[in-house]
Amino acid sequence: MSRASRFLVLVLALGLASPAGFFHAFPAAAQQGTPRGVVSAEEMEAATLRRGGVIDGRVSIPDPQATTLIQPEGKSWRNFHNQTLAWVGGVAVLGMLVILVAFYMTRGRIRIEAGPSNRTILRFNALERSNHWMVAGSFIVLALSGLNLTFGRHILLPVIGPETFTAVSLWGKIAHNYLAFPFTLGLVVMLLLWVKDNIPTKLDLEWIRQGGGLIGHGHPPSRRFNAGQKMVFWITILGGGLVAASGYVLIFPFVGTDIAQMQLAHIIHSLLSVLMIAAMMAHIYIGSMGMEGAFDAMSSGEVDLNWAKEHHSLWVEDELAKGQGSMPTSAKVAGAD
Amino acid sequence: MARMKFLCDADRCIECNACVTACKNEHEVPWGINRRRVVTINDGRPGERSISMACMHCTDAPCAAVCPVSCFYTTADAVVLHDKDLCIGCGYCFYACPFGAPQYPRVGNFGGRGKMDKCTYCAGGPQQDNSLVEYTQYGSNRLAEGKLPLCAEMCSTKALLAGDGAMIATIYRERVAKRGYGSGAWGWRTAYREGVGA
Repeated sequence: MSRASRFLVLVLALGLASPAGFFHAFPAAAQQGTPRGVVSAEEMEAATLRRGGVIDGRVSIPDPQATTLIQPEGKSWRNFHNQTLAWVGGVAVLGMLVILVAFYMTRGRIRIEAGPSNRTILRFNALERSNHWMVAGSFIVLALSGLNLTFGRHILLPVIGPETFTAVSLWGKIAHNYLAFPFTLGLVVMLLLWVKDNIPTKLDLEWIRQGGGLIGHGHPPSRRFNAGQKMVFWITILGGGLVAASGYVLIFPFVGTDIAQMQLAHIIHSLLSVLMIAAMMAHIYIGSMGMEGAFDAMSSGEVDLNWAKEHHSLWVEDELAKGQGSMPTSAKVAGAD
Repeated sequence: MARMKFLCDADRCIECNACVTACKNEHEVPWGINRRRVVTINDGRPGERSISMACMHCTDAPCAAVCPVSCFYTTADAVVLHDKDLCIGCGYCFYACPFGAPQYPRVGNFGGRGKMDKCTYCAGGPQQDNSLVEYTQYGSNRLAEGKLPLCAEMCSTKALLAGDGAMIATIYRERVAKRGYGSGAWGWRTAYREGVGA
């Protein structure tokens, strides 16, 4: 057989074989391909609702979001947003408010027991203070604009009317998006500045056992930060970090995420936020009207020596020891002039 | 009043996308916004169906339930509409919507979203009926002119039905009875908490 005729036979064989082969390869498709009873909208919807996930397919428009036909998960997110979050947030924020008012009524303002000494010691330098206020300032605006998204329509909207409420919420949204950046930067700086003084030690157990001097009137010994302050620090760093991370997912919608991940990001973001807001309310209270002398630490940075001795005895000892060891270069021997 | 609904007879839909085009043209919908789309499930496999999907104008609409600024309202015809002057573009309605109906123009920095846009059931918005401002914000208001949504009117195979829910359900049930099959009314269980009926 010549080369050409062998080729011809091969072509003929393929030509004859292929139609039969084609139909044999898809017998199931030929049967199931009939439209009767193959797909049921109700069954698919019910199954997706049971199993989770979505009904999706192919679209001819260049938008990956559009491929989802039905996502029943939206219903659970709705329940989270309208029920779970509203309750957790409401109880956390109002509950903390009640606790603080009750604490103030029973304990009153915590005074410096020895009275002010009128001698001060530097507790936080300018960098520490300005960074604290960058985080605090952005946190307050972030918290209020965030709470507004969940509670505003029930509380603020009926009072100020829809147009004003939209204006407030729109500015709140813009502020929320932009202030995320100074907030995150502040968290990083805060971590670098203060992490070395916030490692939990055995001393913290003693502080907790004595109720931190909040319950009762003791003054458990403490270094630069007591156990309560360390808790605030780690709530801020870890909670704030997670809130920031989930927030960046939300701020860039559907960049590498699908709708289920966006919903999850919102759940993490909002739940941690309301808990952090409650924690920070306690921090704000004890750092301002709750305790005499405490606010100085973050305003001038200079705290009263007696305040420092009562609340951070071991830290004061260290600082004073340091002060004796190293003399400022400007210091002069008395009478040298 | 009627209870307006959409019903897509997926056994008739040929994925010609005329509904999508009609909608975009009728309302001058900008680039990147698709009030209606055709999704093909089981593409190239047994049980392939194409379904034209837009806002289903749900009973107890999830978008309205989660909206932080309460910009949604339901008309006497049970059409779910929203006020773009109140919308802040937060995107919550998209997370809650089972049908991916809300659309957002991309504006500004980050994922900055403009005011939400979605199918109006050709019923415009809260502005004066058939005014220029209504057309600019929401597109045309065919319902005010006594007409039904253009997507369904344009449908070449009459797969997409729009009108009173009871009437279009009857039409669909008659079709199913006559031809002997039907995959059902897509999204009805989710949107209206009821099927199309036996």
